[in-house]
Amino acid sequence: MRYETVIGLEVHVELATSSKIFCSCSAHSYGAEPNSHVCPACCGMPGMLPVVNKRVVDYGMKAGMMLGCHINRTTTFDKKSYYYPDLPAAYQTTQWFAPVAVNGVVEIETSKGKKNVRIKQIHMEEDAGKLVHDIREDTTHVDFNRTSVPLIEIVSQPDLSSAEEVEAYLERLKTLLRYAKVAECEMAHGTMRCDVNLSVRPEGSNKLGVRAEMKNMNSIEAIKRAIEYETARHIDAIENGTEELRQETRRWDDIKGKSYAMRTKETAGDYRYFPDPNVMPVVIDDEWFDSIKASLPEFPEVKKERYISEYGLGEYDADQLTKSIALCECFEAAYGVCKSAKDAANWMISEVMSILNQKKMTYDMLDLDGKALGELILLVSGGTVGRANAKKILAAMFDDASIEPKAYAEANGYVVSNDTGMIEAVIKAVIAADPKSVADYKSGKEKALMALFGKCMKELKGNCDPQTLRKLLIDSIS
Amino acid sequence: MKTYTEDKKLTVVADDMMLTKDMPTTAGSKMLDGYMSLFDSEALARLKDAGYTVAAKAAVGEFAIDLLGETNFKGAPASDGHIKNQAAEMILSGDASAAVCLDVNGAVRRAAAQSGLVSVKPTYGTVSRFGTIPAACSGETVSVLACDAEDCGRILDLIAGHDDKDGTSLPAELIAKTNEAATVRKVAVLASMKKGIGADVCEKLDAAVAVLKANGVEVDEIDDSVISASRPAWNALMSAELCNNVSRYDGVKYGYRAESFTNIDELYTNSRTEAFGELLKTAIIFGSETLSTENYMKIYDKCLRVRRVISEAFGKLFETYDAVLMPATSSMSYTEAEVKENKFIAFEENYYTAPASITGLPAIVAGGVQLVGRAFSEKALLEAAKKYEKEGK
Ligand SMILES: [Zn+2]
Repeated sequence: MRYETVIGLEVHVELATSSKIFCSCSAHSYGAEPNSHVCPACCGMPGMLPVVNKRVVDYGMKAGMMLGCHINRTTTFDKKSYYYPDLPAAYQTTQWFAPVAVNGVVEIETSKGKKNVRIKQIHMEEDAGKLVHDIREDTTHVDFNRTSVPLIEIVSQPDLSSAEEVEAYLERLKTLLRYAKVAECEMAHGTMRCDVNLSVRPEGSNKLGVRAEMKNMNSIEAIKRAIEYETARHIDAIENGTEELRQETRRWDDIKGKSYAMRTKETAGDYRYFPDPNVMPVVIDDEWFDSIKASLPEFPEVKKERYISEYGLGEYDADQLTKSIALCECFEAAYGVCKSAKDAANWMISEVMSILNQKKMTYDMLDLDGKALGELILLVSGGTVGRANAKKILAAMFDDASIEPKAYAEANGYVVSNDTGMIEAVIKAVIAADPKSVADYKSGKEKALMALFGKCMKELKGNCDPQTLRKLLIDSIS
Repeated sequence: MKTYTEDKKLTVVADDMMLTKDMPTTAGSKMLDGYMSLFDSEALARLKDAGYTVAAKAAVGEFAIDLLGETNFKGAPASDGHIKNQAAEMILSGDASAAVCLDVNGAVRRAAAQSGLVSVKPTYGTVSRFGTIPAACSGETVSVLACDAEDCGRILDLIAGHDDKDGTSLPAELIAKTNEAATVRKVAVLASMKKGIGADVCEKLDAAVAVLKANGVEVDEIDDSVISASRPAWNALMSAELCNNVSRYDGVKYGYRAESFTNIDELYTNSRTEAFGELLKTAIIFGSETLSTENYMKIYDKCLRVRRVISEAFGKLFETYDAVLMPATSSMSYTEAEVKENKFIAFEENYYTAPASITGLPAIVAGGVQLVGRAFSEKALLEAAKKYEKEGK
């Protein structure tokens, strides 16, 4: 019998606001000293009251709009109670009754073509802290830096059916949320986390199988492995009766490559949701709604079409550039300065993106001043700096954002010389030192000219217009 | 009559639900014995800014949900077999001109009624709750207890006002309405709210009615049974919020921690079992049940709807009347014996205080009785109370 896997995802994304959701502590504590970004409110001490960070609602709405959701104009915050040492108030403030966004849709593309994934809802909530186990002392410490950092949880409908689709969906979420600049979505940093709800049923059946919820996957690769493992486990159980499937929460162990049922105690329980009386319902009026709507970025597909129709770029180039908003912004700024979309695209794709690849950086990590890149392109197209030297300047710009291409070229002797006397002197010396190549060229070996050309260019440290050099070289030999 | 000398005019006490950074704040619970806050409550900070001194903390019952303070972990004042409220005792002895208290379940109002003092529970949202120990957030209000209506008004003027640190604090324009001059001309006495009162309270009520009438105020006795539904609804809402609010006291971060435990669950259970008192534990269990998935719609959500119905009933009354006169207690004193016998007496006796708690309406206790008015009418209520406040002595 053939089976199909039915998958729904719960994706937690940390919003990139500067402060936490209900207090004014900084929300950015990645790598910071434990408990250095805390106050009485986010430590669960009595007496401080939650005041909603409006930015969080802005970002929540924006995320909802990017994912095609309906925005609830009155959205409320609710308390979810449970005991765990990393949850200092013993309740998490979340959205249970009226989440900020509902009923969205995200289009994904895989090897099987395009597909819509429905979004059930997006709700805003606060993150919990972290427990740090000290094996030497056999104690556990609590770090509250992350408590009350704003999150959105994006809940999909069970519309996904393979690891490939899950990967495409997660990449799509990441692209859209990064385009809107509301989140980093980096699984390695914990700014994107994903729980997978999975069940298996005979192909064509409309009855859902027994569902397992899998937690603790820390990379897209781990998610794919977990989905494949879990699917096989379910099919094995159905076909061979190896075990009785139960609705349960399972923990993925990426090292062992297996999932384990969590103790029911860790998962069971009644969260006793109720509306937080200290947080008034947030009413989103037309003015607020419209201002967020107006701040939405161009969608990747729209941008790509515009790059093709307006800038005259080819399909491939436009596709490459719109992979990440960081690439788009750098490209557009460079184009604004150099006024040649083709040049700007060439430099982005063949130089900038390859440097990122070499450095094993994601495209989103690009932090290059597009205007400076535009100036560098102008230096090359205007004949002031040779292409090889321009690449060196670009490499330097990656390491030092303060570099101005022109000043840097001058300071480092990368400026093309127009002194033909000096060029001719170099040619003369090169010819004298390599009579064999001269003879070869004269006997019709074109390649020999390139050798001589290279030697001259090397002597000139690249600071010569190639056309000029070639002409002078041929003139000298003949 | 003022019980304090002029030099104590700028001296107040705060009850132990108000956080103070220079004195411990215990909420009357062993759980928070010796707890030092990092900040002052907003109301006290405003008084300090105005040149006042917060001289001492007055003990409260555990999380201020009891009658007068009898569930305090160190015990509470009593005399001749009758239980007393410590904030009221401090004012009566002239230690301070007023007390700033958190009215969670009416203890402040009962204290005023039984001590011949005056209290004002202002409109919900007009005095910041920043820096108060959270218990029943949707209804609790920072209140003032003092010798007379004049002193209540004096302190209230200083502590009321918008506060950005409290998300339920009302806008300044709305709070300013409390200063609009208004006169109480028509008062309703609700028959349903007289249920269960003793002759002593009946006397106070009659005396207040007589004085109001003598001053040209029209007083009608009418029937309205809906408002008496406040008590069960408030008990459920209060217990639910309390259950949630005190769950932070788990022995992990601060406060009482049991000496013996072998794992985290035992740390929680033992700490809370040892540190919490019986009334609070009952409220926690009741509140937890109220919020359970099984009961949420049946109890909690229904009580939220009851809250709206009661607010609407008051709104209807206020179309005709400026205020509603009702008892604040069933009797003019509680004996230690009756409290011992009925551990949940506070959840019955709040029959009289729950209407103003659940609706957030302002309530003035003076002359041993309670006057509940429209939102933002506390000034008019205080003026009316001045006419009969001496009847409580
Ligand atoms: Zn904080």
